[in-house]
Amino acid sequence: MARDLAPEVERLLQFRDPNIRKKAALCTIRIIKKVPDLAENFINPAAALLKEKHHGVLITGVQLCTDMCKVSTEALEYFRKKCIDGLVKVLKDLANSPYAPEYDVSGITDPFLHIRLLKLLHVLGQGDAEASDAMNDILAQVATKTESNKNAGNAILYECVATIMSIEDNGGLRVLAVNILGRFLSSRDNNIRYVALNMLMKAISLDSQAVQRHRATILECVKDSDASIRKRALELVYLLVNESNVKALTKELVDYLEVSDEEFKGDLTAKICSIVEKFSPEKILYIDQMVKVLSEAGNYVKDEVWHALIIVITNASNLHGYTARALYKAVQTAGEQETLVRVAVWCIGEYGEMLVTNAGMLDVEDPITLQQRAIEFNSIIEKHEKIRSALVERMPVLDEATYSGRRAGSMPAAVSTSQGALPKMPNGVAKPTSAPLVDLLDLSSDDIPATSSSGGDFLQDLLGVDLSPASQGTNQTQKSGTDVLLDLLSIGTPPAQSSSSMLDMLSSGQDNKSSEGMIDKLASPSAPSAQASSPVASSSMMDLLDGFGSSPSLPGMIHLISLPRHNYHFCSTLTPLFSVAETNGPTYPSIVAFESGSLKMTFNFSKEPGNLQTTLIEAQFANKSPDIYSNFVFQAAVPKFLQLQLDPASSNTLPASGNGSITQKLRISNSQHGKKSLVMRIRISYKANGKDVLEEGQINNFPGGL
Amino acid sequence: MASPVRGGNSRQGKVRLTKWYSPYSQKERTKVIRELSGMILSRGPKLCNFVEWRGYKVVYKRYASLYFCMCIDQDENELEILEIIHHFVEILDRYFGSVCELDLIFNFHKALCYELSIILPVALGRTRIIYALFIYGSIASMAFQEAYYILDEILIAGELQESSKKTVARLIAAQDSLVEAAKEQESSISNMIAQATK
Repeated sequence: MARDLAPEVERLLQFRDPNIRKKAALCTIRIIKKVPDLAENFINPAAALLKEKHHGVLITGVQLCTDMCKVSTEALEYFRKKCIDGLVKVLKDLANSPYAPEYDVSGITDPFLHIRLLKLLHVLGQGDAEASDAMNDILAQVATKTESNKNAGNAILYECVATIMSIEDNGGLRVLAVNILGRFLSSRDNNIRYVALNMLMKAISLDSQAVQRHRATILECVKDSDASIRKRALELVYLLVNESNVKALTKELVDYLEVSDEEFKGDLTAKICSIVEKFSPEKILYIDQMVKVLSEAGNYVKDEVWHALIIVITNASNLHGYTARALYKAVQTAGEQETLVRVAVWCIGEYGEMLVTNAGMLDVEDPITLQQRAIEFNSIIEKHEKIRSALVERMPVLDEATYSGRRAGSMPAAVSTSQGALPKMPNGVAKPTSAPLVDLLDLSSDDIPATSSSGGDFLQDLLGVDLSPASQGTNQTQKSGTDVLLDLLSIGTPPAQSSSSMLDMLSSGQDNKSSEGMIDKLASPSAPSAQASSPVASSSMMDLLDGFGSSPSLPGMIHLISLPRHNYHFCSTLTPLFSVAETNGPTYPSIVAFESGSLKMTFNFSKEPGNLQTTLIEAQFANKSPDIYSNFVFQAAVPKFLQLQLDPASSNTLPASGNGSITQKLRISNSQHGKKSLVMRIRISYKANGKDVLEEGQINNFPGGL
Repeated sequence: MASPVRGGNSRQGKVRLTKWYSPYSQKERTKVIRELSGMILSRGPKLCNFVEWRGYKVVYKRYASLYFCMCIDQDENELEILEIIHHFVEILDRYFGSVCELDLIFNFHKALCYELSIILPVALGRTRIIYALFIYGSIASMAFQEAYYILDEILIAGELQESSKKTVARLIAAQDSLVEAAKEQESSISNMIAQATK
């Protein structure tokens, strides 16, 4: 069809009505695209069109010529020879023309025609020095004179720069063009910046120095909020990279990787990886950057990339240890990046021994020390929480104490890397990190170390001794506890001993000297408040204590050992380890949980063997007043980490003056057993003398380790 | 009438007018429209007017509730396309502005709502000319047919045809009068036939 119509269209190209001519011109474009051979027929008519005055025809004519040059070299030659001057003149007239309302767009006469003409000149001048010469002047004029505050002007400038970039070199013009691009780059209009980035990509091949000067701006564009601009800028940066600037550039890009959007991360990662691979001057840099990239966006890294990384690592034998260590550190912080984990696992698998022995360490590294056994225990116990209590329980007290003491003495001052903070015994206290410490069981890695003052608090719990003057109840508990025990044992009892002798009892029960010193320290604050039992009692207590040392809990008995035995590890800044050796059996002193002028409530504790988290409490209520209490209701509330079950009370009536008591069983499960001790809020309501009474309180003096 | 909806929700974007400068099957067209609509409607207001899509560039410009978009080759001058879009819009405005009342009466396609509608890619450029979708909604008097005519006077085969608004306006006016004349003739002929066959 095109061939059939071609002659007709050719005729119409010369029709008198300009509208027809212009449509015919555009039609011709389609024809020659379909059938390039026909282009020769149209050369002359097309050239004639270039002399038109009517803008519409001129535009379409110019367009026709441009397309013809693209499909037919003959046409190109022809136009180059014959038409350039004419074109230059037309453009000149246009550029210099006065205000023409019909064609004016924001102050510029017919920018469309401008642009078309520039495009044609672009095609004609490309590869031909002579032609390029002819257009130099007009290009310079357009480049300098065109106003760039409106989009129309910028469109023309853009086209002009494109033309300059592609015709044969003329130093002055190129400089001009790059300057314009620089101006565009710093424009606030996003469109302009986009277009500038686009053009700069082409300019790089011609004059990369000039483009390098704008590197900083381009880097800023990579972080732009506009996705199109980011993409262009990234590609441009990729083209800009060379050996000298690769370090700075990759650093910037990797930093940006952390904050970039998800969709962009993939692109960015790919680019960074290829940059690093191509241009890294040293292997160590490559590995460094790759580790960083993997940590940040490992999931976006393609397989070939990290395969290549592994190959490089294999070949860089002097860096094996370094790589293993770096990967190890990285995995700890960024373990969710699958690719990173894979590479790290491979590397550590290959070069694990270097990791541990710090072989081949480079100057820039910090040493890692690993406690193999600590880590093993740690991982076992983390995975199998239930083992912990069994593991701990089974160990006899003294052995552990001595062992820890010995171990503390023998271990080098090293910190386990896997946890910075300190381990905590199940029934014990978190240690401060002030001294380097190693413990046998690294049980939890995220405990905040307790300060020594809270060590004192724990001791307080431990002893049931209240160091603050406020509550005297606990002292009495202590006393009563001791009294009851002594009663049981039919040992004559002077008033309860001071806590210092309690502590003496403790300290004589273990052979770790250092703990003694510790206890002494602890003892001093607690000395004034409590009462002491007699030395006689104490020695028999000691027997008792020893005897109880390794026995399991005795359900059904009142478990009143004067002091609960726990495994504590206190730490001070001076000495490595202390342990206060006590039984690990679940025996705890009774406490007076609540006491008011009219009522006393005592808690007796027991634990089932093997279930350290659950405590059975027997609450006893005693009426201190001469009135009988009726409708006696006890309510309790516990924080979220505890679970509480109340059994029904033995009765609702509390006889007066301690002539009888109500007992009620409670069951508490501590999900934070070992970390937090029990605390409970209680409310007791009863009727006395016809009046309703409500008593509330909070019980804070639970023995530690429940 | 629905009130104008702010951009961002492609479900509310209706394509008003499309013009294709390359052969595309119906299925492909709908796919293209859907993809482009989603992409462009979700762009924020401050971002630049160019989007890369499938290897082409899509230039879009928003006028009130309308988006005009054109899809072009990599070689084209994007800024110029923006100008062309503006050129087109001005002509439309001028045309409908001047005859709005008449058009309200003769409005063929009244089902224009003020909803956000999409785009118009018109491809300029050499090899891959895609399509022009054109939508226009806020001037109620617009009839689709006429918009197509106007577009055809500005762009043929994806190329710019006329840069003078006055000329285009004149041409369209000439066409309109032709249409009117034809209608009159038609009605008078049918009158004659009707009388003759009574």
